[in-house]
Amino acid sequence: MTVMTYREAMREAIREAMLADTRVFLMGEDVGHYGGSYAVSKGLLEEFGPGRVRDTPLSESAFTGIGIGAAMGGMRPIVELMTCNFSLLALDQIMNNAATIRHMSGGQFNVPVVIRMATGGGRQLAAQHSHSLEGWFAHIPGLRVLTPATVEDARWMLKPALDDPDPVLIFENALLYNDSADIAGEPTCDIDRAVVRREGGDVSLITYGGSLGKVLAAAEQLAAVSISAEVIDLRVLRPLDEAAILTSVAKTRRAVIVDEGWRSGSISAEIMARIVEGGFWTLDAPLARVCSAEVPIPYAAHLEAAALPSVERIVSAARAVLGR
Amino acid sequence: MPSLGAGMEAGTLVEWLRKPGDAIAHGDIIAVVETEKGAIEVEVFETGILEKLLVEPGSKVPVGTPLASIRAEGEAAVVTPVVAVDAGPVAVEAPPLTVEAPPVAAPEHVPPPPSAVPLASPAARKLAQERGIDLSALTGTGAGGAIVVSDVEGHADVQGPTDVEGQAAKPAASAAADLGPMRRAIAAAMARSKREIPHYYLSHSMDMSAATAWLNAYNAQRLPEQRLLMGALQLKAVALALLDYGEFNGFYEDGKFQPSSSIHTGLAISIRGGGLAAPAIHDVDKLPLARLMTQMRELVGRVRNGRFHSSEISDPTVTVSNLGDRGVEALLPVIYPPQVAIIGFGAALPRPWAVGDALAVRPIVQVSLAGDHRANDGHRGALLLLRIDKLMQEPGVL
Repeated sequence: MTVMTYREAMREAIREAMLADTRVFLMGEDVGHYGGSYAVSKGLLEEFGPGRVRDTPLSESAFTGIGIGAAMGGMRPIVELMTCNFSLLALDQIMNNAATIRHMSGGQFNVPVVIRMATGGGRQLAAQHSHSLEGWFAHIPGLRVLTPATVEDARWMLKPALDDPDPVLIFENALLYNDSADIAGEPTCDIDRAVVRREGGDVSLITYGGSLGKVLAAAEQLAAVSISAEVIDLRVLRPLDEAAILTSVAKTRRAVIVDEGWRSGSISAEIMARIVEGGFWTLDAPLARVCSAEVPIPYAAHLEAAALPSVERIVSAARAVLGR
Repeated sequence: MPSLGAGMEAGTLVEWLRKPGDAIAHGDIIAVVETEKGAIEVEVFETGILEKLLVEPGSKVPVGTPLASIRAEGEAAVVTPVVAVDAGPVAVEAPPLTVEAPPVAAPEHVPPPPSAVPLASPAARKLAQERGIDLSALTGTGAGGAIVVSDVEGHADVQGPTDVEGQAAKPAASAAADLGPMRRAIAAAMARSKREIPHYYLSHSMDMSAATAWLNAYNAQRLPEQRLLMGALQLKAVALALLDYGEFNGFYEDGKFQPSSSIHTGLAISIRGGGLAAPAIHDVDKLPLARLMTQMRELVGRVRNGRFHSSEISDPTVTVSNLGDRGVEALLPVIYPPQVAIIGFGAALPRPWAVGDALAVRPIVQVSLAGDHRANDGHRGALLLLRIDKLMQEPGVL
């Protein structure tokens, strides 16, 4: 039995990768001496030295570009962007280079880079540090977008991500870093499929990342009023595991999507569209979703709580879909 | 696709009995359609050439869909293809151009199909379609009152055995009554009746001695196939009585009563295997008893084989239900909307009856009336029953 936190699981995954493959190195702001903004890489500098755990200037575009170039040159870089809010500074590198070079070079170059970043709100860090932009990145062909929601996924998703010959983005919801769980010795996950976190028959609650805990809590409350909710953890936002979504909705005939992103043009909108395209005749109620309020995420604790998806909102959305 | 009864939304064209190029005349039967009430023969009200068939056999089309185009005598052939426009619920049964006995109670009296499609989920719609269940017969329990899968499943559970029975009762020629839909049609019409119509009930005991004696004398001189049944006398008596009590003959629609100038008496006919229909015999007040009897026999035969004419099913102005041959003494019938009255006859049973100061045993029939209190009142209803009684005492005038 090995109990560890989400933070430790991620660190363990990086360590394991660096031990297994000398081409793997970690690069980002404060990943070395400071041990990472969220303390994920604490101790790695001491263990692997400054050549493989590299502190960078505050220049996301530059060091992301270096990571892409290193990947093209045969390395297996792990680039840490402090939060997804700052990933926008590296968006040109991610979208115009990482995601396109395989295609534009006719397959001569591929970009096996892994870019990790923290995401999500709920920590009173206000409008510039609380974004959930994973849905945006899921729009881009050429990328794989992972959202580990459990300690186990944090522990095991990195290796297949590094093995992927194309760029993989990992979004770590910052509220999850202190979660802890017992991690089994054997790797138990892939980076292709969604999983059913709770079986149910009345409504599918479809979510990912930082909202999974709220959704599981909501499912528990719904069970108390005899509503059997099935909880789908998408795990991978691109490519979406459409089969898992449609299979669950075909069973429950109802779905509520829970997404910490803003509603307009969101991944939740894409999921709803896929359900309507592929599962229209299985539906027994209009689809519903719980997203963040369409405002810059507020600083004030009560306003921030009101802006983000909550257990109460998930419960009431599910009940409304069922008409009870 | 004519509207052939309250709540009918669509019908399936079963077969064309005439082909393009055929000369057709007013009253011809040109097609058979399958509705919830069974197979119904579609009559035409035009004379001319059947120019083009617009609907393939087997197709289910909404009420109001043109089934065919007819070129009237002298009219130039249509060169451009006929566009299927929404002609309302009277597409085929357009007002007759010929002058003979206008069917006043043509389908414009039939309530239009509900304009609003019932709120139903895609999954419920799919299941209902697979099982041939009419969504308008269901009550939704989903969010916002929508019909959901469980509502369709619940309905199917109730309907299951009836459907099986209906299948068994089907003659080999598939154009026959399917009792699943018929049961639902009855359910819809009767539920609407009891929901909307404030019924009142009257009943009256009639001495049938005079009518029985007259009938026996009449039948004694005739071959069995020419003999009359008491039901024909009663039907005629009702029609004649209604001549002076117009508020019982017509339709209550759109918040007002519309009397009918013709008396088309619906005859409640039970169908083997379950269900019933109440198609009309037209202008009963004008029919001599012998012809009325012939028409009754013919109609009962056809209905029990599941075939009615479109005009019969759609336009009764009043209904008569006779349960006398089942031996019950009296019945309290339910009005078939949008009609405003239904008259019931029980069995003629020997009963003690005061004749002058003495008692006699006489055949007594209970005649009952269910009236729509929005259109008529008990006082006049009582007079109507007494008039029927009076007519039954003078069978020679019938």
